Amino acid sequence: MRAQIITVYVALAALALIAPFLGLYPVFLMKLLCFAMFACAFNLLLGFTKMLSFGHAAYFGASAYVTGWLVTAQGWGTIAGILGGVAVALLLGLVIGAIAVRRQGIYFAMITLALAQLVFFVCLQADFTGGENGLQGIPRGSLLGVVGLGNDRTMYYFVLAVFVAVFVLIRRIVHSPFGQVLKAIRANEPRAVSLGYKVDRYKLMAFVLSASLSGLAGSLKALVLGFVTLSDVSQTSSGEVILMTLLGGSGTFLGPVIGANVVVTLQEYLSEVVGAWVSVIIGAIFVVCVMVFRRGFVGEIQRRFAQRSGSAAL
Amino acid sequence: MTTVFGVPLPAILGQLMLGLVNGSFYALLSLGLAVIFGLLGVVNFAHGAFYMLGAFAAYIGLASFGINYWWALLLAPLAVGLLGMVIERLFLRHLYQVEPVYGLLLTFGIALIAEGVMRSLFGASGKSYPVPPLLQGGFNLGFMVLPIYRAWVILASVTVCGLTWFLIERTRLGSRLRAATENAKLVQAFGINVPLLVMCTYGAGVALAALAGVLAAPVVQVSPLMGSSLVIVVFAVVVIGGMGSILGAIVSGLVLGLVEGLTKVIYPEASNIVVFVIMAVVLIWRPAGLFGKEQ
Repeated sequence: MRAQIITVYVALAALALIAPFLGLYPVFLMKLLCFAMFACAFNLLLGFTKMLSFGHAAYFGASAYVTGWLVTAQGWGTIAGILGGVAVALLLGLVIGAIAVRRQGIYFAMITLALAQLVFFVCLQADFTGGENGLQGIPRGSLLGVVGLGNDRTMYYFVLAVFVAVFVLIRRIVHSPFGQVLKAIRANEPRAVSLGYKVDRYKLMAFVLSASLSGLAGSLKALVLGFVTLSDVSQTSSGEVILMTLLGGSGTFLGPVIGANVVVTLQEYLSEVVGAWVSVIIGAIFVVCVMVFRRGFVGEIQRRFAQRSGSAAL
Repeated sequence: MTTVFGVPLPAILGQLMLGLVNGSFYALLSLGLAVIFGLLGVVNFAHGAFYMLGAFAAYIGLASFGINYWWALLLAPLAVGLLGMVIERLFLRHLYQVEPVYGLLLTFGIALIAEGVMRSLFGASGKSYPVPPLLQGGFNLGFMVLPIYRAWVILASVTVCGLTWFLIERTRLGSRLRAATENAKLVQAFGINVPLLVMCTYGAGVALAALAGVLAAPVVQVSPLMGSSLVIVVFAVVVIGGMGSILGAIVSGLVLGLVEGLTKVIYPEASNIVVFVIMAVVLIWRPAGLFGKEQ
């Protein structure tokens, strides 16, 4: 089983490395990677801690706006701009998380949703975000003034490197003692409390980590596409990242990556063909997922394998 | 002229009036949400979509079938309520055993479908619905003109909220409903058809949203997305009032509408976010909400 998992990862890594040479549009590939990163960060919360945040677009979008503003209007470098965006996402996550972890389950979902809507309205009205127009013409700059990122392929490998780092980091977090405590909270929260764990603190920590990594994804997306719009902070985006995670398989490592690829590809190609019906299709996938496909793609595959041969972790 | 905070008094009263009208919609919507949550334990994300469908039902009824406002007030909630019952029977019913977040996610998907369908059929732009002839014009109160239609919205909403409260808290049907909320199995054992009760409750909650939609049609633009941001405000209202509390939903709906109107006078930039800020403060101070009980 272990050998099979390694084979899957090696195959995917090879695919990611040669993807720009397969005739695929590099900007589209980068968009896939950014949303995959967003979904992985979200999954840290939904999949591994079982906290459904309904407002993750707030961190994704706010970080995208801040990075865009820093490199465009303030003339910051690329790396500094990204770090600035992530710092804002982290702070937002800390404040919103501290309020939201006071409640569980659907209350948690509603509170994160409402506070994310607050962030949305701030982005709509603040000056630095460009309001309804959003930010445009964000330069990609260069890595420490050495490697220019204007070239799509160079940018692709930069985004890929960050994505792999985030993916490995999330695996590391989940398998660390901290991750084990999160698992305990997911399995039985009152028990974790009675064992003496400061559950709220662990949950807040997971929330902040997830928000920061979502912010990183948002910052990269702003640089890749060169623009940020209100839809990046909207509840629609918050809903989409839930769908990506759920469809691919929440609580699995590869699930969100696959889910993000499926959803973004669907949107990209379907919106040309069917127009506004694309949101009907997304909604229908949501309904199907919730009704009969709660484990998601990877979750289902994992279950089939687990029935045959012990446990697995894709 | 009398001024408060440097704003002329009539302007303030006008905004408070608008706030109260918005508060009436919040109250009707959060009431439906609270009723559904109380019995089904489902946070109905599609509530905004049903509100939108109610408004569209009125619009389509008038444009295509010549059904006037008063009939729409009756027929639109009925039609949308039936749709809600079908959805409960086909989808929601199968999710009561799994975690409550799946109900939220399912209804989110349904909201996306409803909004997408209406946008494909009618476009994203708003449609206007005329104020019914009987309710046109306004009363001159001396210091301001009170549009009759807005007064009617407040009156209708408060009456419907009051009736619903009475139905749930003071009648036999209501006591069965509350009993089923406490212990569905036991109530079922007493020979009451709980699944039917649940289906009708969902239908009724949804019908309240549709009624709010019909009431709103003449004062807002009827558009496919009219409910999508409203539902989030209503969520915040319900969290502030305390989930599942009927009275809490009504009172906090009306009061928060007023507060929003007042904010428009004092600091207009904050009027969109004031409800969310209040929610955050309430959660820090009283996590269960103002009228909620700590479980």
